[in-house]
Amino acid sequence: MAETKTAAYICKGCEIGTRLDTAALVKAATKSGKMNLVREHDFLCSADGVAMIKNDIENEGVTHAALCACSRRAKTEAFNFPTIAMSRGNLREGVIWIRPDTDEARETTQEMAEDYVRMACAEVKAMTVPPGNQKTGAVKTLLVVGGGMSGMTSALEASKAGYKVVLVEKSSALGGWAAKLYKRVPTREPFKAPEDNGVADMAARIEADSNIKVYLNATIAKTDGAPGRFKVEIAVESGAIAQEDIGSIIQATGFTLYDANKLPEFGYGKSANVVDQAGLEALAKTAAAAGKPICRPSDGQPVKSVVFIQCAGQRDNSGKHLPYCSGFCCNTSIKQATYFKDSNPDIDTVVLFTDLRTPGNGEDFYRSAQNRGVVFSKGVVSQVVPNGNSCTVKFKDLILNEDTEAHADLVVLATGMVPVSGVNIDAPVVAAPVEAETAVEGEAPKEVVATIAPESILNLTYRQGPDMPQFKHGFTDSHFICFPYETRRTGIYTAGPVRRPMDIMQAQEDATGAAMKAIQAMENAGLGKAAHPRAGDLSFPTVRLEGCTQCKRCTVECPFGAIDEDEKRFPLFNESRCRRCGTCMGACPVRVISFENYSVNTVGAQIKAVDVPDEFSEKPRILILACENDAYPALDMAGMNRHAYDPYVRVIPVRCLGSVNTIWITDALNGGYDGVMLMGCKHGEDYQCHFVKGSELGRYRLSKVGDTLKGMNLETDRVKDIEVAITDMATLPQKINEYAALIKSFPPSPFKGF
Amino acid sequence: MSDMNTQMAERYKNNFLKEIEEQAEMGEWVKMCMQCGLCSGSCPTNFHSGWDHPPQEIFMLIRAGKREEVLNAQGMYMCTSCYNCYVRCPRKVPVTHVMHGIAEYAYRIGRAPKTQPTMHLSKTFWTNATKNGRVNEVQLTQSLYFKDGISAGIKKAMEMQSVALGLVKAGRLNLLEAVGIAHKCKDVKGIHAMLAKAKELEAKRKEAKA
Amino acid sequence: MARKEYAFYPGCSSQKGASASNYLVSVESMCKTLDIKMTEIPDWNCCGASVSYAESGELPRIAMNARNFALAETNLPGQDIVATCAACWLGSRESKERLEHNSGLMADTQTALKEAGLQIKVIPEIKHMVEVLIEDLGYDELKKPVKKPLQGMKFAGYVGCQTNRPFGISGESFENPMYLDRLIETVGGEAVKFDQKVTCCGGALAFSEPEKAQGQIKDIIEAAYDGGAEMIVTPCPLCQANVEVYQGQINKKYGTKFDIPVLYYSQLMTLAYGGSAKEAGLNGNVVRARKLEEFAGK
Repeated sequence: MAETKTAAYICKGCEIGTRLDTAALVKAATKSGKMNLVREHDFLCSADGVAMIKNDIENEGVTHAALCACSRRAKTEAFNFPTIAMSRGNLREGVIWIRPDTDEARETTQEMAEDYVRMACAEVKAMTVPPGNQKTGAVKTLLVVGGGMSGMTSALEASKAGYKVVLVEKSSALGGWAAKLYKRVPTREPFKAPEDNGVADMAARIEADSNIKVYLNATIAKTDGAPGRFKVEIAVESGAIAQEDIGSIIQATGFTLYDANKLPEFGYGKSANVVDQAGLEALAKTAAAAGKPICRPSDGQPVKSVVFIQCAGQRDNSGKHLPYCSGFCCNTSIKQATYFKDSNPDIDTVVLFTDLRTPGNGEDFYRSAQNRGVVFSKGVVSQVVPNGNSCTVKFKDLILNEDTEAHADLVVLATGMVPVSGVNIDAPVVAAPVEAETAVEGEAPKEVVATIAPESILNLTYRQGPDMPQFKHGFTDSHFICFPYETRRTGIYTAGPVRRPMDIMQAQEDATGAAMKAIQAMENAGLGKAAHPRAGDLSFPTVRLEGCTQCKRCTVECPFGAIDEDEKRFPLFNESRCRRCGTCMGACPVRVISFENYSVNTVGAQIKAVDVPDEFSEKPRILILACENDAYPALDMAGMNRHAYDPYVRVIPVRCLGSVNTIWITDALNGGYDGVMLMGCKHGEDYQCHFVKGSELGRYRLSKVGDTLKGMNLETDRVKDIEVAITDMATLPQKINEYAALIKSFPPSPFKGF
Repeated sequence: MSDMNTQMAERYKNNFLKEIEEQAEMGEWVKMCMQCGLCSGSCPTNFHSGWDHPPQEIFMLIRAGKREEVLNAQGMYMCTSCYNCYVRCPRKVPVTHVMHGIAEYAYRIGRAPKTQPTMHLSKTFWTNATKNGRVNEVQLTQSLYFKDGISAGIKKAMEMQSVALGLVKAGRLNLLEAVGIAHKCKDVKGIHAMLAKAKELEAKRKEAKA
Repeated sequence: MARKEYAFYPGCSSQKGASASNYLVSVESMCKTLDIKMTEIPDWNCCGASVSYAESGELPRIAMNARNFALAETNLPGQDIVATCAACWLGSRESKERLEHNSGLMADTQTALKEAGLQIKVIPEIKHMVEVLIEDLGYDELKKPVKKPLQGMKFAGYVGCQTNRPFGISGESFENPMYLDRLIETVGGEAVKFDQKVTCCGGALAFSEPEKAQGQIKDIIEAAYDGGAEMIVTPCPLCQANVEVYQGQINKKYGTKFDIPVLYYSQLMTLAYGGSAKEAGLNGNVVRARKLEEFAGK
């Protein structure tokens, strides 16, 4: 590697030059920053400024540059120098825009700016240029698990984009639930008539597609590896195992209907004339094949009256049934009601609902059913009493507020969706039942538990478990607020109703999106680049194994299951599963994990670079470690909106709260800082953390800092952790100021000057 | 008239929704209600007593086939034709007109309450307006006051005396109209012939539907 | 020749000696200033109003309106029909809409009209007087002739129902139409905040079920006082009458002391254009608008 040559650039544009004493900044970079080369420029991001830096890189041999100008989030296209290590000193959004332009503010503003220059210099000297991951695989084949509407859509979309696809379906035919439908809810203007289910057409297109290889009657026996180099074993009907090299995976394993047997009060199982929505589709298919009207299962007579019961076993808050709305069943019941009205308008067709929810263009379809004469009544059913060939549906009419009943030849229960998401890897391990005799002698009882749990779908060899993490109600996890396709297993995407309840149209849209993400993941893996949200980042974690104590915190905490353990129980990084959040680095008690461009040192050096005035100066120093995903942009936006905040804070962006190593906090306090504020995303059920679990893990770690403070004889309130959303730009300065006021109410840190 | 009621009930058997759809003006809209209740919440007379069933419930009752309850209901006669429900209905159901249509149908088959004051006004107004082609406000008022008999009428007229006096003084009540010296159309005969024809055609149209 | 000519449909209440006769007086004065020529449709008849629903039936009611269309078209070809009464306007527009969208209804209507020796070829446009003012002329034109702005006078602009719903004035919202406030401001008055701007006055229920309607009227008047209004202004004859004439009875029943004049927009305009109290029909107000009478005398 070439000799290290450092350079600092001080921009004078955007009023930096008039608000600040840039000569003093140059001095800070030269004297404290000890940079080999320091230049000022009137307008650093201009073509001329950029050319100057390029020239320094090419002709002066600059390998490390600290650009002291605007926020690292600004002008990223102009300041794109991939061959060198680069840091940014935020003089614009971070200093002049958040400070008033007054005589009394001038001194503290200048001090702030000089600190940021020193910090940028210190940071860049601790960095190296990421060389990119050398151990990536370059397989560009997509595996789709599940051959229903979602899976078929993903496969076709990926093929259209030019990628090879392996499609694995456990049953003997493609189509999933959609294939069982007599017709599907309309997808086209004017949204009035049910349409062909579309399965045959898609299946034919898949069969004719040379990019797509289909395994029927097959399951996934084992998934090993990482994006770009998955080794997947497929168990086929014969019992043989097929091997496939896979780049990325889409799990589209769909749903089953909620079991109507759990609703005996609605007569299911007691009368053949009570069916669920799948049962009705089967009746409709049989009738259509025979060219007859839909008939009662009990005696084969044509149905003259039918009642649909919406939300059967759904939206239940008693804890007995599904608590959620499945979203598709109102439209499905409307569709099924039209089966009757379209064959004979005189069939009494009643839909009993509490809230009719018709997403998409379902509202038009709903109207068309009303026009056909389907009666929609707002009512809650208490009981279905079968009597002979008919049923009495007892319900409370919610509009007329009275108990009443309806008589029907056929009752259809809209029972909703339960995801087929495999093993819940986060479920607490239950003690093995006494069936232990079935277990092979000598094997751990844990294996027995596995036999009674739901079957695994992916059979991942990951340390974290064989399937995708689940979120609410057994649906597979996805970043539901910001990045719905993202999961916690890099390169593996879930699509369709396995992820959340949805109808066919939504599932197809979902499957298309997942296919695009899966392609991106394969391509990134091949280039050694990170996937979302640090897309394109070439750094990856390295571990100094000599120092590792095999404590397993990194392997346990990694939100993405990127770290396995080797046979000697050392952490084994699967770089292309890594999302570069740094949670492992934050977790490591012996600090042996680092990234080339982000490490305990890059942040530690910045903390040390700040000039901490002595205790008599009445100028406290407050360190802010701000998450780069939400908090840092919020701070930048506070600047853009010229919301002023305290001049004694020094902000260092971190990749995630999860990457915060407590050594930074103790170092800061030992170094004479008066307080440390941490800003991370919301965690918990409605998390906003871009790395899903990072902020939660980071906060858990920080909850132990109080002891450290007590040990140092410091007030525990000196360390404060707040949740920040990207929209908080107006309130954030206020929170900073309030915290700064609190810090000022304490005596100065006794550690100053050591 | 009650014959007509029985006839209709028999003709439509238990299908009251169909009966309303075919026989009541704008009745075909009843099925399009989605039971949100905005009409009931928007009605200015909703909060007064005498309201048994607001529009939302009347729609529901029709769909539930509750013929007697609908025909006995008072709700539709409470309409002031303010059109709040009409413009607010998210389903664009012309609620005002549907209410009028049901009221008219109830009246037509002899089921409207004889003493319902707004029904009385409604009939009186039309009779009054079509007699000479234009409304005779004095006679209209008189016939309203005296609907419950002469003594009740005098009492009511006494109560309203100050109101009437004010209008007379302001030149806005012409007592001569009481004796028929009033505004009228020239071609009253033509109007009557036209209306007779219209009524005949309308009856035919309703008959043809059933 | 006048700058605008219309086929005028005054309606029953606007006739001489009828309940809105002062409306007609003020409209005539206002139109004279604005150079609008209004020719009464010869032998026009009642629109049926919405309250006649029980007896009329659809076709007879529409036939009544169709007769007016035929008369207007025959005698005043090419002219839009203008109504001053909300009910007349609504009844006519509704009939026009249904006839134009339902050929069966049109055929039956023609058959009925034949009995009166009439027929429809084209149904003229139906306009409310307010539409003529703000759409055909515009606020700027209405402001030009203002000689005596109604400076310092506070009015509650009471739009009511049928001038507002279901058709309304183009570009205005059903919940908070602004045109009446703008008209008030155009003639120099102040439009106060008025919560009950589009509340129903009870309509025909004021006759049939006075206790119900009077409760509503009370709320309307109270809101006008709450907003600081000295007078109420309305475009609708029934609103005007209901809100004005029952004030005494309401006072008796509820112990209130209502004494607020209720005027037509046309009365304000006539006065602002320099017209006399008589030309503005102020003598037709049961609750005398003394402030305006003084103003007119100056």
